[in-house]
Amino acid sequence: MRGKTMQEPAITDELIAAHGLKPEEYAEILRLLNRAPSFTELGIFSAMWNEHCSYKSSKKWLRTLPTDGPQVICGPGENAGVVDIGDGQAVVFKMESHNHPSYIEPYQGAATGVGGILRDVFTMGARPIAAMNALSFGEVDHPKTRQLVHGVVEGIGGYGNCFGVPTVGGEVRFHPAYNGNCLVNAFAAGLAEADKIFYSAASGVGMPVVYLGAKTGRDGVGGATMASAEFDEGIEEKRPTVQVGDPFTEKRLMEACLELMASGAVISIQDMGAAGLTCSAVEMGDKGGLGIRLDLDAVPQRETAMTAYEMMLSESQERMLMVLRPEKEAEARAIFEKWDLDFAIVGETIPEDRFLILHKGDCKADLPLSKLASSAPEYDRPWVETPPAPEMAEVPGIDPIDALKALIGSPNYAAKHWVYEQYDSQVMADTVRRPGLGAGIVRVHGTPKALAFTSDVTPRYVRANPVEGGRQAVAEAYRNLCAVGARPQAATDNLNFGNPEKPEIMGQFVGAIQGIGEACRALDMPIVSGNVSLYNETDGSPILPTPTIGAVGLLDSLDDLIGGAAAEGHLALLLGTTTGHLGQSALLAEVFHREDGDAPHVDLAAERAHGDFLRANRRLIAAATDLADGGLALAAFEMAEAGGVGLHLDAADTPTLFGEDQARYLIAATFDAAEALMVAAGKAGVPLVTVGRFGGQTVSFGGHVAPMAELSALFRGAFAEALG
Amino acid sequence: MKAAVLVFPGSNCDRDLAVAFRNAGAEVTMVWHKDDALPAGVDVVGIPGGFSFGDYLRCGAIAARSPITRAVIEHTHRGGYALGICNGFQVLTETGILPGALMRNAGLKFVCKPVDLTVETADSAFTAGYTGGQRITIPIAHHDGNYVADADLVARLRAEGRVAFTYCDNPNGSVADIAGILSENRRVLGLMPHPERAAEPAHGGTDGAALFRSLVGALALA
Repeated sequence: MRGKTMQEPAITDELIAAHGLKPEEYAEILRLLNRAPSFTELGIFSAMWNEHCSYKSSKKWLRTLPTDGPQVICGPGENAGVVDIGDGQAVVFKMESHNHPSYIEPYQGAATGVGGILRDVFTMGARPIAAMNALSFGEVDHPKTRQLVHGVVEGIGGYGNCFGVPTVGGEVRFHPAYNGNCLVNAFAAGLAEADKIFYSAASGVGMPVVYLGAKTGRDGVGGATMASAEFDEGIEEKRPTVQVGDPFTEKRLMEACLELMASGAVISIQDMGAAGLTCSAVEMGDKGGLGIRLDLDAVPQRETAMTAYEMMLSESQERMLMVLRPEKEAEARAIFEKWDLDFAIVGETIPEDRFLILHKGDCKADLPLSKLASSAPEYDRPWVETPPAPEMAEVPGIDPIDALKALIGSPNYAAKHWVYEQYDSQVMADTVRRPGLGAGIVRVHGTPKALAFTSDVTPRYVRANPVEGGRQAVAEAYRNLCAVGARPQAATDNLNFGNPEKPEIMGQFVGAIQGIGEACRALDMPIVSGNVSLYNETDGSPILPTPTIGAVGLLDSLDDLIGGAAAEGHLALLLGTTTGHLGQSALLAEVFHREDGDAPHVDLAAERAHGDFLRANRRLIAAATDLADGGLALAAFEMAEAGGVGLHLDAADTPTLFGEDQARYLIAATFDAAEALMVAAGKAGVPLVTVGRFGGQTVSFGGHVAPMAELSALFRGAFAEALG
Repeated sequence: MKAAVLVFPGSNCDRDLAVAFRNAGAEVTMVWHKDDALPAGVDVVGIPGGFSFGDYLRCGAIAARSPITRAVIEHTHRGGYALGICNGFQVLTETGILPGALMRNAGLKFVCKPVDLTVETADSAFTAGYTGGQRITIPIAHHDGNYVADADLVARLRAEGRVAFTYCDNPNGSVADIAGILSENRRVLGLMPHPERAAEPAHGGTDGAALFRSLVGALALA
């Protein structure tokens, strides 16, 4: 084809199917255009109408989520959510999945996942200040798992460390349901001035559309469509659809964009993420009620002889599209030259409702822009309610020390140093709390304030009972923020599910959304951004439903931080009610290899009351942690281990030690503070009991004893032993 | 006391270093890598951590050939002070201002964690705030911190008291546990650990603050 314009292929049924478009969707395209689309136009439609970009299966349900509140400056629909944190400042954050690419090519898939979420944040005018990652892998001894863990963790570190954002938290879990489909959910938060947020809506006719950043290559062509398909044996063939990241370029792109924004040259801006040039240009035009003309000859290209189709669908990384104030062009160009980045005027805004793509003197696409954006199909997929979980079978007796060893010796609950020490958690020198102990905490630079970050979900619960599981994910995030003394502000959701065309999967989705919505309303934690990842199935086998909740809390002053450690002589106090719920517990899964029973019930009023109590009495509390997987025993062990002391709990029975009742915290306090807390709890009407004490060099549950040193070695060594 | 902090396109600890200098009482100017001269009257040049040019080619190799780096080399030849942290240390070895080289960590992984160091000499403007043999805790965060030098060089560094810090529990395979070294005139320090990340109580440790305090104090008197 060299030296000649490539003839565009004819549109056939096979070509339509290969673009992930259903026959009825193609019929809708014919109806909209009153003619058959060109090859390039078909590509553009497939990019805009795939699940990843259009949310066609999920939109109906996402609308039911609470997204507003006095603290919310911008909810879902832009690149990231924006929340007021006082003093004219805002935190900008979002969580997004990069599951399919990470399974195909773990290093680059994870790296570009981090790159994409960072871009979403700085596109809005915010400098990224914190990152987290929630990772779900298949079972530990599955042949693919170790390679995926190494690749994904190195990819996250390789990108975030170089870019210069501290990674302050996250999750890592293992379960056979992820054997063929790992999850990589990347979160980023940035700091901006509340009145200097940048949006994607273009305005003004005849304004230059500017292309910024790295050059366009053939990498990632069709990536968004790939991300919306199930996997099968042909997966290796999909490797070329994964993009390649360059964090050094991203760092320069961020600095240049922030400098350009400060110069007043930017009317609107949109990063090129999934389906690159197509999605970003359509989004800017549609939100501004304008048309866009692009001249692809002006697009900076890394490869020769690229077609219009390839350029419109390329997912090359580290690129931005911007509508510029024409009088500022020279200034803008100078900023990009300073940072050695490409800067090219590739088109302009036009008054007609058209998306016009010109290349080598030909018109390659001429589409009604607003319809391209707004008439993406929307489905009310059939769904069935998840049936109630059968009653839990009897739980055999077990020595509580043996049970604890089974938990802390499992990579699911062992210390994760091996993972997070590969991430720079302290760059920017504002990290107050590194990963590994609940929420990560970062100072708001130059102020007494700090932000707390957490990401949570318990997929076993969601599968057994999507509504309770959805509630629980939000409640656990809420608790992790309260446990450090922060006021929960808002959340982002990253909803990972299987194939929505199966009614039982759609039922999981609908139930989880209901639970998330209820909890977010009750706890005043609106969802301000998010992402849906469907079709997480391989050969028809779905992942556990995994709606990851990323949440942000605010500390007005570091003086409000609950960030100490348990110490010799502290009492262990349990806030909340214990009934000993063992259904779907970590104990059942890790010790008995069973996942039966119902998820624990979440009492949202109790969650709120207990969180409020903790914050109100923070000056009496040395250390606090929420109780989640593994119940009292695991939380108390982790708290003691982190403080370098031993532990005694009075209880020795399985339900008390390992039950996973919700709305509970473990508190370490001096004897005098504990007395004062008891009085305060009485007044507040919240249940608070003494369950043991910290100190010594052993861990004992009733009369069952083991040396802390031995348990600590197991806890710290198990992850690397299994996966290092 | 005037400090200049270099900014390469991929520097990401430049602000952190400037904050640490300022908190210690220095007046700080940020200097862009394409500039070819340092501001007048600069006492110390700070070369910050980060990925100056994305760690392409070799860490610090491209930065060592930047216009501003020529000015830094002249500054040190005139007896000026310089402090290179992490990527800054790599830049200093790539320029030849400090001897030896920094290779990929022996464990092949990026490592970010607090480590214990021994202060090997208090005889420099950088380390005068410590006592020789003192044990301090400072975080590291690097992929290429494995200090390499031949036996003769290690012997000479030791004999001349130019090993500034050693690791108590070697995290990266560095020869002789070396974490930081001084130039012959003791006015240039390169180290892999990040003292600017252990300089305020909120960092969870303040063992790095003495380095900035003693440097700023010494140069303010000079």
